[in-house]
Amino acid sequence: MGGSGDDERPGASAQEADGKDLFRLGTQRDDVELRRYEYPWPEPGTRAEKRARRHVLYWWALTVVSGITAAVVYLAWPWQYVPPGGGGHTWYVLYTPVLGLSIGVALVSFAFGFIVLVKRFFPEEQAVQQRHDAEHSPAEDRATLAATAAEAANASGLRRRSVFTRAAGLGVGALGTGLGVTILGGVVHNPWDTTGLNESAKDTLWRTGWKPVAGETVYLRADSGDPHEVILVRPEDLGAPGIMSVVPFRESERDNPEMLSKARHRADNPATLLRLPPRTEVAPKAGREGMNVGDFYAYSRVCTHLGCPVTMYEGRTDRLFCPCHQSMFDLREHAKPIFGPATRALPQLPIDLDESGYFVATGDFTAPIGPSFWELEP
Amino acid sequence: MSQRRSTSGTAAGKLFDVVDERFPSAGTMRHQVNKVFQKHWSFLLGEVALYSFFVLLLSGTYLAWFFDPSMEKVTYDGSYTMLRGIEMSRAYESTLDISFEVRGGLLARQIHHWAALVFVAAIVTHMGRIFFTGAFRKPREVNWVIGVLLLTIAIMEGFTGYSLPDDLLSGTGLRITSGIVLSIPVVGTWLHWLVFGGEYAGEEIIPRLFTIHILLLPGLLLALIGVHLAIVWYQKHTQFPGRVSRESNAVGVRVLPGFAAKSGSLFTAVTGLLAAMGGLLQINPIWNYGPYKPSHVSAGSQPDWYLIWVDGAARLWPAWEIPLVDYRIPAVMWPTVITPTLLVGAALCYPWIDRALTKDYRRHNILERPRDAPVRTGLGAMVITFVLVLLASGVNDILAHVLEISLNGLLWAGRIGIVFLPLAAYLLTYHVCRALQRDDRKVLEEGMETGIIRRYPHGHMVDVHQPLATSDGEAKPLPYAGTPVPKKANDLGLAGSPVPGGLLRPDPPPDRERERGEDGETSSGDTS
Repeated sequence: MGGSGDDERPGASAQEADGKDLFRLGTQRDDVELRRYEYPWPEPGTRAEKRARRHVLYWWALTVVSGITAAVVYLAWPWQYVPPGGGGHTWYVLYTPVLGLSIGVALVSFAFGFIVLVKRFFPEEQAVQQRHDAEHSPAEDRATLAATAAEAANASGLRRRSVFTRAAGLGVGALGTGLGVTILGGVVHNPWDTTGLNESAKDTLWRTGWKPVAGETVYLRADSGDPHEVILVRPEDLGAPGIMSVVPFRESERDNPEMLSKARHRADNPATLLRLPPRTEVAPKAGREGMNVGDFYAYSRVCTHLGCPVTMYEGRTDRLFCPCHQSMFDLREHAKPIFGPATRALPQLPIDLDESGYFVATGDFTAPIGPSFWELEP
Repeated sequence: MSQRRSTSGTAAGKLFDVVDERFPSAGTMRHQVNKVFQKHWSFLLGEVALYSFFVLLLSGTYLAWFFDPSMEKVTYDGSYTMLRGIEMSRAYESTLDISFEVRGGLLARQIHHWAALVFVAAIVTHMGRIFFTGAFRKPREVNWVIGVLLLTIAIMEGFTGYSLPDDLLSGTGLRITSGIVLSIPVVGTWLHWLVFGGEYAGEEIIPRLFTIHILLLPGLLLALIGVHLAIVWYQKHTQFPGRVSRESNAVGVRVLPGFAAKSGSLFTAVTGLLAAMGGLLQINPIWNYGPYKPSHVSAGSQPDWYLIWVDGAARLWPAWEIPLVDYRIPAVMWPTVITPTLLVGAALCYPWIDRALTKDYRRHNILERPRDAPVRTGLGAMVITFVLVLLASGVNDILAHVLEISLNGLLWAGRIGIVFLPLAAYLLTYHVCRALQRDDRKVLEEGMETGIIRRYPHGHMVDVHQPLATSDGEAKPLPYAGTPVPKKANDLGLAGSPVPGGLLRPDPPPDRERERGEDGETSSGDTS
C-alpha cells in the first residue's frame, strides 16, 4: 500500500522523471490524450487519506477473516446429513449457508477493497483516444485485394461458371451429403420401422403397455411406491368419488422384477381409475358402451396437451385437471376437454371385472395417448 | 501498484525481455493496455454475464467429476433417509450423492444453478442496454447477431443442464419438450425419434443431453464469446453523448490500471455474490421432488425463469388443432415452436428492421437516449410486455393460489392481455418518450424551473425560469445535444457539496492540516 507513494517522493531520481516522459510518449503514440490525470491526495497524510487507506484495509482484513473461516468451516463443521429431529440436524442444515457465506464474503470484500483502492488511490483519469474508424478500407487496398482474388480465380481456373468450379461444387456437395448421412445416420431412427419388435407401424405411438398380447389377461395394478409390489385392484378398494393411478400387469410378469419395474416407467402406461359419485350421469358415447364398470371409468393419465400426468380430480364437478397447463376434462362427457389448451379427450381404457372381482383391461386405449402429432388422423 | 516503467533489472523486466526477444510485440502490447474503455456502469452488464460464465465453467467442471448421466435403475441407499429403498436412475442418485455425500457438493450445485440464472439474466439486461441505446447500429450489427445467438444458446444450455438430474420436475420438463418436438408438422415424429432415440422417454435422452450440456454448447458459447469480445475490442465500445465524446473518439479510462482493476474486482465480486447465493438461497432441492415417474407430477411445476414464458404461451394458446386430410397440425406448435422462433428471428433481424424504419445508414459510435428514439423504445417495451404477460401466465397457477383468485379468470386475462397489453405498452412508451423530449426542449429554451412564482400588482402570476445560458443578459436557447438536461438547480451542483469528514467530525480545512507538519512519508505526485 505504501508503494504508490514511495516512487513519487519529491526529488525522485532522474530515471523516474524519464519514466513519466516515456509514459506520456506511449499514450501519444497510441493517440490517447489524458485530458485529466490527477493523483489523489496532493496533500500527504491528511485525515481523509488515512481514512481512505483504513477503508481499503478493513475490507481486506474481512477477506482474511472470512477466508480462514471458510477453510475452517469446510474442514471442521459437521457436514454429513442428519435427518430432521436427530441431534445435530441444525448444524447440518447450516453447513452449506455458512460455507457459501464465508466464501462469498471473502471474495466480495476483496473486490470491494480493491474498488475502494481504485476509486480513492488511482489517478483520476479521463483519457480520450482517437478511433481512426474509416468508412471502409483505403480504395487502393480494396481494389488491389479484389484484383488479387480475381487473379487467383483466373490462375487456378476456378472462374465463375467454369467447368472446374461446377465440378468442384458438385464434389463438395456430394462429399457433404455423404458425410452428413454418415454422421446423422447413427441417430436417425424410423418411427414406423416394423422390422424389429414392432408388429405394425402403429405399435409405437398408437399402442401402449395395455395392448393385449396372446390373449393374456391384463390386470389393473395399483401404482404403489414399491416397484416390485403387485397390488391388484377391486371395486371396494376405491371410495366414491375416488381416483387411483394404475399400470398394466400380467401374471407372466409376477416373478420378473425388471418387467414389474418397467411397467411403472413406461411413459404411455399410466392410467387413472376413477370412481364417479353414484348416479353420475355420463353422456352416452358411441363405441364406449361397456368400457366402464358401473361408476368406474379408466382414462389415460397422460395429458393430450403436452404429456403431463392429469392427476387432479374435482369430485364435485367430475372434472380432471392437469396441473401443468391447466387443461380440464369433463368426466361426464368421457373426459372431453372443456377448458385450457388441450384439444383431445383423454383416451379411455376399457375395463371389466374378472371372475375373482379384480379389474382387468379388455383392450388398449381408445386413441393414442399424450400430445398430438402430425400423423395422428383428425 | 509500482509506478516503475523501466523493464530492465527487475524479474518482470527479465521475463519481458525473454518473451519480447521471441515475440517482438512491445508496441502492440502497449497499444492494447493504453486502449481507452467506457466508464459508464451499464457497460459492465456484459461483463457480469462473462464472469457468471466463468463461474459456470469452473463449478460445472467440478460437478462433472461426480455426476453420472446413466439411466440405469438403482435402489437408493445413501444418507438421505427419506429416499432409502426407492428405485431411481443412476443420474438422479448421483445428483443426490453430490448433494449429500460430497462435502461442499450441495454448495457447488447451488452455485452452478444460480450462476446459470444470473448468466441469462445478465445477458438479457446487457441486451436491453444495447437495444435501448441503439448500440447495435452500423457498424455493430454482426455483434448484435452474435449476442442474440449467445442468448439463445445460453437458454438451451440452461435447459439441458436442469434436465440432467432426472428428478420429477426435470422429467416433467422433458415430457413437455417431447410433446413440443412431436408437434412439428411432417418431421416431428422423425425428429422425436432422432432426439429421444424412440418413444418418450427412452434411455438415451439424458446421456445425450449431458454430452450436449458439457461439451457441445459450452464449446459454442466459448467460441462465440471469444468472437463477441474480439469484435468489441476491435470496433471499440460505443459511448454516450457528452462534452468530450465525438463519433471519432473514445472517452474513458485506459485498460491499465483503471479498467483492468475494476473489471478484475467485478469478476471477484460476481463470483463472491454467486458463492453467497449458492450457500444462502436454496435452489432446485431435487431430494424434495423425488425421482421422475411418468404418473407423478406436482402442482407448481415451472421451468427456470428464462423458459417460463414459453410455458406461459403453451397455457394461453387456445385448443386450435388444424385437421389436414389425414394429418393434423397440433395446436402446441404455435406457442412453443413458432412463437419462440419468430421472436428470436425478429431479434436477429432487428438491426436491419431499425435501419428500414429510420432510413439511417450512417455509422454510429455515439449512443442515443431511449427517449430520442421513441419507435425503437416503444418496440422494446412492446416485446418486454409480451414476454412479461407470457411469464406471468406461466406462473398463473401460483398467482391464483397465492392471491386467491380464479385460475380460469387469470388464464383469460392472459389471453386478452397478450393481445392488447403489448400494443398499449408501445403507445404509452412512445408518448412518454415524446413528452420527455418536449420537456428537455422546453428547459433548453426557457430555462429551469426555480420554484419562484412572482405575482404582479395586477394579480398576474409568473413562474420564474432560470435560463441555462445567456447572451447579453438575454436568455439564449441551447440546442439539444442528446445528453441529460438539468431540470433543477441541484443538477448543476448549485447546492454545493458536503464537507469531507469521518462519521463523527468533519475534516479540518486543508491549511490546518498542513500546519500539523506531516513528515511527508506518504506523499503523492501529480504528473499533469
